[in-house]
Amino acid sequence: MNFKMLSVVSAVALAMPTLGAAGPDDDTLIINEEIEVVTKAEPAEHLDGALYEVISGWHFRNDDTQAIEMDDFDNPGMLGVENAMATWNTAEGSAGKSCADCHGDAAESMKGVKATYPKYDEKAGTVMTVQMKVNECRTERMGAEAWKYDAGPAIDMEAMIGSQSRGMQMNVAIDGPAKPFWEKGKEIYYTRYGQLELSCASCHEQNYGNMIRADHLSQGQTNGFPTYRLKNAKLNGAHSRFKGCIRDTRAETFSPGSDEFIALELYVASRGNGLGVETPSVRN
Amino acid sequence: MKLTTLTFAAAMVAGTAMAEGVVAPQDVVMSEYGEVATSLTGKPGDPERGFEVYSKRSLGNCVACHEISTLDVAWPGNVGPMLDGAADRWSEAELRGIVVNSKKTFEGTVMPAYYRVDGFIRPGNAYTGKAADDSFGPLLTAEQVEDVIAFLSTLKE
Ligand code: HEC
Ligand code: HEC
Ligand code: HEC
Repeated sequence: MNFKMLSVVSAVALAMPTLGAAGPDDDTLIINEEIEVVTKAEPAEHLDGALYEVISGWHFRNDDTQAIEMDDFDNPGMLGVENAMATWNTAEGSAGKSCADCHGDAAESMKGVKATYPKYDEKAGTVMTVQMKVNECRTERMGAEAWKYDAGPAIDMEAMIGSQSRGMQMNVAIDGPAKPFWEKGKEIYYTRYGQLELSCASCHEQNYGNMIRADHLSQGQTNGFPTYRLKNAKLNGAHSRFKGCIRDTRAETFSPGSDEFIALELYVASRGNGLGVETPSVRN
Repeated sequence: MKLTTLTFAAAMVAGTAMAEGVVAPQDVVMSEYGEVATSLTGKPGDPERGFEVYSKRSLGNCVACHEISTLDVAWPGNVGPMLDGAADRWSEAELRGIVVNSKKTFEGTVMPAYYRVDGFIRPGNAYTGKAADDSFGPLLTAEQVEDVIAFLSTLKE
């Protein structure tokens, strides 16, 4: 059944003229023939006209890669989501509690979380990512050890939590106490790091739609994170992606979980406000 | 013999000891308009080796951003303009300036500076993601710059 669907999709792909090194395509993203995802949106006001349209990275991938994300049975990222679902229901740590003991059904309690994170946290007095929030529960409420940032169980859990918001539109807050963090993230976004002196904007704002060698540049949006990459065959966190992009400028990078990447994640997420959540997305 | 060449090359890249007649990155004289009038090695470059610099990922990797319609190189990018006829548009001194530090010719350009060693923010140790150490040198050696200039000089229409 699934196999048939895929073959039909690739047959269609073959019949269509190749786009070559063109901009984003005009396909429509519907996951499991059910969840409609907004993949092109009006830019938020705080973008100050930097983009005339906000576009999901899905539009910059080829039809085969796009198709994998459209069906949970084909999407290998869903295996991580399933793993995390099992973890969700398993008691761990000195308090003998599972996530489910406090949060019940993740489909209800975690719905909408991804769409509003990273988020300023009153109690912590800082902006927190989903992974930080999960570790807060593990260390402060479960008596369990914190998970390593962007690694196995943490990324699976983030993907599972993110998947509960699929189709909802990104809407992170950047005002009030979040503002200084957002400003810091913006500064990082426009800084030309490394020996190649390239900023995020050099590639993802000035040159999206263009080819840099064999890579079709997208806007570098995070609405699909964590994302399953065919290249390394695993779920990848946004901070790990940022790290790879900065490394590619021949720069000294920042680390996943660092203050710099937390601020950058907030800023990049805000650039994608309006885009539908795709987690776990599929990219090459 | 082999060993000496290697050691020599490493020393050059680090910018510590320059071969006689070779202009160090810090000593390059650039005009107000971004031209570099004289050869960095005092000798003409080799266009064939220049093509390697242009097309190899481990060297200039110019093809990441540029295409030349008469050349068959896999996966040329289009972040930069097509280079067909570049030598009709630019003099040798201008081309040298563009490769050494294109920012003087094109303000704010995304094209990297291939023969500069200072002024970077968080420079790394090649593509490791780690901080630069004392092996840090320009992206291309003086010879490689001259070779790629010689190659660009063949691009006439
Ligand atoms: C003992 C109870 C308890 C357990 C066990 C627990 N949590 Fe929590 N969790 C909470 C409470 C209470 C909050 C709200 C904290 C706050 O407002 O700062 C919360 C908040 C969160 C949030 C932020 C949600 C939002 O809407 O902002 C996430 C995500 C989360 N938990 C995930 C998890 C995961 C994953 C686990 C298991 C690994 C887990 N929690 C285990 C009590 C718990
Ligand atoms: C040298 C060019 C370059 C620079 C500079 C760069 N990136 Fe990227 N980035 C890429 C390429 C190539 C890809 C893979 C293709 C794509 O999705 O654009 C990518 C992908 C991404 C993605 C994944 C998009 C998706 O839909 O899955 C994100 C997010 C991203 N980059 C963010 C950033 C941020 C933030 C910065 C600055 C810290 C940055 N990038 C700097 C080249 C770059
Ligand atoms: C990251 C992208 C990038 C890389 C890598 C790159 N360039 Fe460029 N190059 C550009 C852009 C963009 C321009 C156009 C200048 C501008 O307006 O920014 C340009 C302009 C030029 C020009 C003038 C073009 C014309 O036809 O008028 C020449 C010549 C040139 N580059 C040569 C090279 C050479 C040689 C290399 C490698 C040693 C190289 N470039 C690597 C992006 C790049």
